[in-house]
Amino acid sequence: MDAGKFRAIVLRTGGTNCDLETKIALEEMGVKTEIVHMNKIESKSLLDYHLIVFPGGFSYGDYVRAGAVWGKRVFTRLREQLEKFIDEGRLMLGICNGFQVLVEAGVLPGDGIGETPLVALATNSSAKYECRWVWLRVENNRTPFTLAMEKGEVLKIPIGHAEGRFLTDEKTLEKLKEGSQIVFKYVLPNGEDANGLYPYNPNGSLYDIAGICNRNGNIMGMMPHPERAFFGWQLPEWGEAPPERGDGRKVFESVIEYLENNIS
Amino acid sequence: MGLNISLDRMKYLKQYFKDRPLTDVELEMIAQTWSEHCFHNVFKGDVLTDDGRLIHSILKTYIMRATRELNKEWCISVFEDNAGIVDFDNGYAIAAKVETHNHPSAVEPFGGAATGVGGVIRDILGVWGEPVALTDVLCFGPLDIKYEDLPPGVKHPRYIYRGVVAGIGSYGNNMGIPTVSGAIFFDKGYTGNVVVYCGCIGILPKDSYVRNTCEGDFAVLAGGRTGRDGIHGVTFASVELTEESEELRSAVQIPNPIVEERLRRAIIQIRDERLASGITDLGGGGLSCAAGEMAYRSGLGVDIDLDRVLLKTPDMAPWEIWVSESQERMLLSVPEKNLMRVIEIFNEEDVEASVVGRFVETGRVRVFAKGRTVCDLDLKFLFNPPKVTRKARLPKPAHSEVNLDEPRDLGEELLKLLSEPNIRSKEDVIRTYDHEVRGCTVIKPVYGDEAGPSDAAVIKPLKDSWKGIAISCGINPFYPDPYWMVANSIEEAVRNNVAVGGRRIALLDNFVWGSPENEDNMGMLLKAVEACYDFSKALDAPFISGKDSLYNESPLGAVRPTLLITGIGIISDVRKVVTPSFKEEDNPIYMLGLTKEELRGSAYLRHKGVDGGEVPRVDGVISKRIIDTLIRVIDEQLVLSCHDLSEGGLGVAAAEMVVASKNLGAEIHLRKVLSGTRRSDFILFSESASRFLVEVDRSRYKRFEEFFSGLPFSKIGRVVKGAGLRIIDLNSRVSELSSREIKKAWRGY
Repeated sequence: MDAGKFRAIVLRTGGTNCDLETKIALEEMGVKTEIVHMNKIESKSLLDYHLIVFPGGFSYGDYVRAGAVWGKRVFTRLREQLEKFIDEGRLMLGICNGFQVLVEAGVLPGDGIGETPLVALATNSSAKYECRWVWLRVENNRTPFTLAMEKGEVLKIPIGHAEGRFLTDEKTLEKLKEGSQIVFKYVLPNGEDANGLYPYNPNGSLYDIAGICNRNGNIMGMMPHPERAFFGWQLPEWGEAPPERGDGRKVFESVIEYLENNIS
Repeated sequence: MGLNISLDRMKYLKQYFKDRPLTDVELEMIAQTWSEHCFHNVFKGDVLTDDGRLIHSILKTYIMRATRELNKEWCISVFEDNAGIVDFDNGYAIAAKVETHNHPSAVEPFGGAATGVGGVIRDILGVWGEPVALTDVLCFGPLDIKYEDLPPGVKHPRYIYRGVVAGIGSYGNNMGIPTVSGAIFFDKGYTGNVVVYCGCIGILPKDSYVRNTCEGDFAVLAGGRTGRDGIHGVTFASVELTEESEELRSAVQIPNPIVEERLRRAIIQIRDERLASGITDLGGGGLSCAAGEMAYRSGLGVDIDLDRVLLKTPDMAPWEIWVSESQERMLLSVPEKNLMRVIEIFNEEDVEASVVGRFVETGRVRVFAKGRTVCDLDLKFLFNPPKVTRKARLPKPAHSEVNLDEPRDLGEELLKLLSEPNIRSKEDVIRTYDHEVRGCTVIKPVYGDEAGPSDAAVIKPLKDSWKGIAISCGINPFYPDPYWMVANSIEEAVRNNVAVGGRRIALLDNFVWGSPENEDNMGMLLKAVEACYDFSKALDAPFISGKDSLYNESPLGAVRPTLLITGIGIISDVRKVVTPSFKEEDNPIYMLGLTKEELRGSAYLRHKGVDGGEVPRVDGVISKRIIDTLIRVIDEQLVLSCHDLSEGGLGVAAAEMVVASKNLGAEIHLRKVLSGTRRSDFILFSESASRFLVEVDRSRYKRFEEFFSGLPFSKIGRVVKGAGLRIIDLNSRVSELSSREIKKAWRGY
């Protein structure tokens, strides 16, 4: 496997703070990865990349709704390129604040860039920041981000956010279900539905939703941080020695597998 | 004017400036520089004891002397810069610093605590370190105290607690630096004086530690704008809190972590391109202290033009600009040839920066505003204020008997202790701090799926090295003997570090004390620093940095004298860290160390409302041998789990290990504990030092015992299937606690 031919761009702006570990995870998979500040984005062509990642953090301080400012700015400045990028079926991943950005920009759950967000990542039900490991069930393993997983598989990955409560209206939820756009759900450690039970559903998300994709599957946003569950030693406990890998790695493995099969 | 300069020093100034009047800018600068907060007059001054000894600088005589005598080649920079620096791996060094932010947090809890975090992060940036972990230790009054019991001017501990916890979480989370270690205490002695310790650990390539400001270099001020917030922060911090302190709310700065996040990026880029010749953060005293210190330590002078400082509000007086403590600002010295590139980097990261002056050979600090010279002082004069002499009355040890009936049910006593506010899990707070960001946290502040305790946090800061940093703390404010309180705190910091596999431990000391003008406070302080010397030497652990916060007085009196010791150790391979959860049924459990009848100030007696007996003492020689041997058996991989014994003694330590474990518990025989007491409750709850619980691989226990031969240790029980704790007391009575009961008591669920 020569993943070295694949290129990823990890975007950042003031307040982004998970760019480095995201890059480390991608590079560990062999993907050529650049971290690029929004101030330098004009010198890059997004179409040079196979994957865009919006990493976690507190972009612009999240002083209005989390991700709102970056979401509007990035898609105002780069709309044309991004629309083309999305239409060509290239991959876009939003993690935590990155998920909030994609939602605020209207990229998720819609196809293309919408004007008004259809879903929200609201303040956690606990009304505080939550840093904990959660269990996720793979609901759709046919996206480029979940190819390497089994449907129904349970992954253990940490979250860290104050605003991750997935909310939407009934119509949109039905559409998400019909379109298999719900990728990850928070579940109990044994894989059964959390049904909103705290702390397994750590933020009160509607329908226990932890991650969604667009209809086409090439854009995914998730609140949990796969890059923090990439190496075995990042896990919260182990026996005599850590396992080699954490479950979050499967997101990145899926991306490679997808690119291998689809990019010549 | 809120200068807070003593009468003696005022007279000295009058004499020194007999030929011309002082300007307001000069007077303010002198007040900031000479404040207790900035100059540490007490630690650097003379102390006269009531037994007739005169000690010059307790800092040099005790704390720094231990470091000098230990003379470790891995200590790169100690006690001279913004943070202590020790060697790490692959050409990298560790920078560490702990600060207090008590006064601001008492007046404005959220802003005070948040800017405490922001300030200590800048201390790490101020030695070119990339911040990689945060610590915080907080002490509050009891949360259930009645409003009627609070004098005017003292805010309710619950209000302070909420604000401080939120402030710390907010700053660290926004900056993306994991908060990995800490502690929270509640006691009446903190009701009037909240204690907020904020620590930061950083990483830097050794060769990027540049401190070479030269004549002609530009002074570049970068980061947040300068405003009226945080004026007189240091002079405010150097006096007692009173009812009127509320009016000094403007002395508390306003936090803006995103500005500091951008600043950090720019500073690290400038570091990596080796563009600047020097750096320091703007903390207490603001620009006046930063510019003055930078020039003075380089043997230079500095000219500053206040008109070039970017302001939040245009109508500030020159003295306000000069001493403002607005946050998120750093001062760099930059050679002319690199200036354009430095400014460009700041622009790229959306950081405002301006050239505010230049370093010159005058040996003076000259400040200009609107074309006038508003300050012209000799730096030698400024940094050599008249020494202060404090009197110390040494404490007289008081002896008393413990008057307490033996309880009928040990299990019940243990459950009560586990749910005591100072012992129970702080998970509800810890989870509001991001401790996973950066993806390099190996041992988290809550351990495993069961959210058990962790003795020390471990991070793996470098991608290409398996080495880790173990971060621990030791703090025992409840032992009413300053010498032994410090001895225990130092040993606890070391014990916690070693329990996860740490070694080569460097220490940081942070004193929080009452007014040094009180002779008893000074006497206790003197005993405390004596213990710092004795046990730093005994445990072979040098101090690399420290800070003292004095004048912690309120309408309720002095703060409970408190010393935080932070331990920074090295883990040779993070895959081999030791954790507190039991691993396999039937493995023997050993106790290292002797259990003595030492319960004075213990969690058990405090819970019973009883004062008496002896405080725990530390035998430095035995302690060192136990710790060294433990490190060896850890390296031999004989140790499967380990937990240090501290507050609540054996009972709490064993119960905490049960919390951390899944489906495994322990059976403990108090008869088998090496001890000098005949009471089961004393064995279970004594807080004697130098003790650990260790689970050993049952197929290799003989090897383990060989290592420890000649040292106090005994096999006291075994790991049992089915979770829970079974304690068999001296009369063979069995107390059995289920895992559910224990977890419910300690975690609250």
